[in-house]
Amino acid sequence: MCGTCGCGKGEVLIAGKRPQRFASSAPTRFRAVAKPSPASFKVEQVEQRLIHIERDLFAKNDALAAENRRLFATRDILALNLVSSPGSGKTTLLVRTLQLLKDKFPLAVIEGDQQTENDAERIRATGVRALQINTGKGCHLDASMIARALPQLELETGTLLFIENVGNLVCPAGFDLGEAAKVVVLSVTEGEDKPLKYPDMFRAARLMLLNKCDLLPYLNFEVELAISNARRVNPDIEIIQLSATSGAGMDEWLGWLHHASTHN
Amino acid sequence: MHELSLAESVMQIIQESATTQHFRRVTRITLEVGELAAVEADALRFCFDAVSNGTIAEGAALHITPISGLGRCNACGATMSMRERYGLCEQCGDPHLEIIAGDRMQVKELTVE
Ligand SMILES: Nc1nc2c(ncn2[C@@H]2O[C@H](COP(=O)(O)OP(=O)(O)OP(=O)(O)O)[C@@H](O)[C@H]2O)c(=O)[nH]1
Ligand SMILES: [Mg+2]
Ligand SMILES: [Zn+2]
Repeated sequence: MCGTCGCGKGEVLIAGKRPQRFASSAPTRFRAVAKPSPASFKVEQVEQRLIHIERDLFAKNDALAAENRRLFATRDILALNLVSSPGSGKTTLLVRTLQLLKDKFPLAVIEGDQQTENDAERIRATGVRALQINTGKGCHLDASMIARALPQLELETGTLLFIENVGNLVCPAGFDLGEAAKVVVLSVTEGEDKPLKYPDMFRAARLMLLNKCDLLPYLNFEVELAISNARRVNPDIEIIQLSATSGAGMDEWLGWLHHASTHN
Repeated sequence: MHELSLAESVMQIIQESATTQHFRRVTRITLEVGELAAVEADALRFCFDAVSNGTIAEGAALHITPISGLGRCNACGATMSMRERYGLCEQCGDPHLEIIAGDRMQVKELTVE
């Protein structure tokens, strides 16, 4: 549908159900408004006027995100928004992380994908609560989807909430969900230049996880170049190298999570 | 990036204004789009045509005013134009530039009947 990123009007499903306010999608509602009949223009002289609107298009999402953030604060919840291109290893990393943290924190996961419950099922296999949001043709999660998902998760005080965004290095950068921080996952098979090609995302993230480092011996990936590219677009970005499959670097990541949850 | 959801938001703002400001048709829409907002004007036009089809804004002229990116250096306070969301301060070379304009998008004006 959309020429640039393929995002579109598909149906949004939260835990497989159509949320009430999504049921009549916006375009349908617009269509319900009566069009002036062309005949009336022939008889009456139509007066044109200019009206000032000055309304920001991101304001609505930002306001909803601020509400989510307030809710997280009142319950001492640390919410992290995991973003990356498809297949960088977000779910694999989450599964491993949850297994290690299960007995230390109350945990919950919101999974965003265009289609399927696959990732939520992978999370549930660890025993942690997971809610799947299917965005249909939509290319990112937004704050209203999270606001509607939260009551279904019944998060207890002190929960560590991971939100795995739709695999996409472009669109999720522009949509605040109310998270404490965005964590961008870059896998070493994607190339060192990704931070320069998708600067908005790396700029918006507080932490970059360089994943699949177990594959480095087989690739021509220059870790130092990837790091300096990330720092060029975001001089303050924190970086952890790890492997979600071998477990290398997981200690440092868990340490970061621990620090973030106590300084939230 | 996500031009379709932005086009839907524009349409929603028009619809809400139609109720409060009592108009039946929109003939011209002026949008301000920041050059750092990652919005593609052509894609936005394409998407707006699709979502406005059959509504009070069908066929309206979409006028897009680009707003230049502007940044301020957190180290020395200098302001400078920005063509990308990151860069080095022209004055002191510091990389901590804060965007102060050109990363938003707004519906500015409507010509209505
Ligand atoms: N070698 C290696 N493979 C990994 C690692 N992490 C993930 N993978 C593999 O990468 C593939 C994609 O992993 P996922 O965890 O599904 O990636 P994702 O980011 O959740 O993907 P989407 O949700 O579809 O965007 C799987 O085949 C994983 O086994 C890693 O550290 N090393
Ligand atoms: Mg996944
Ligand atoms: Zn400076």
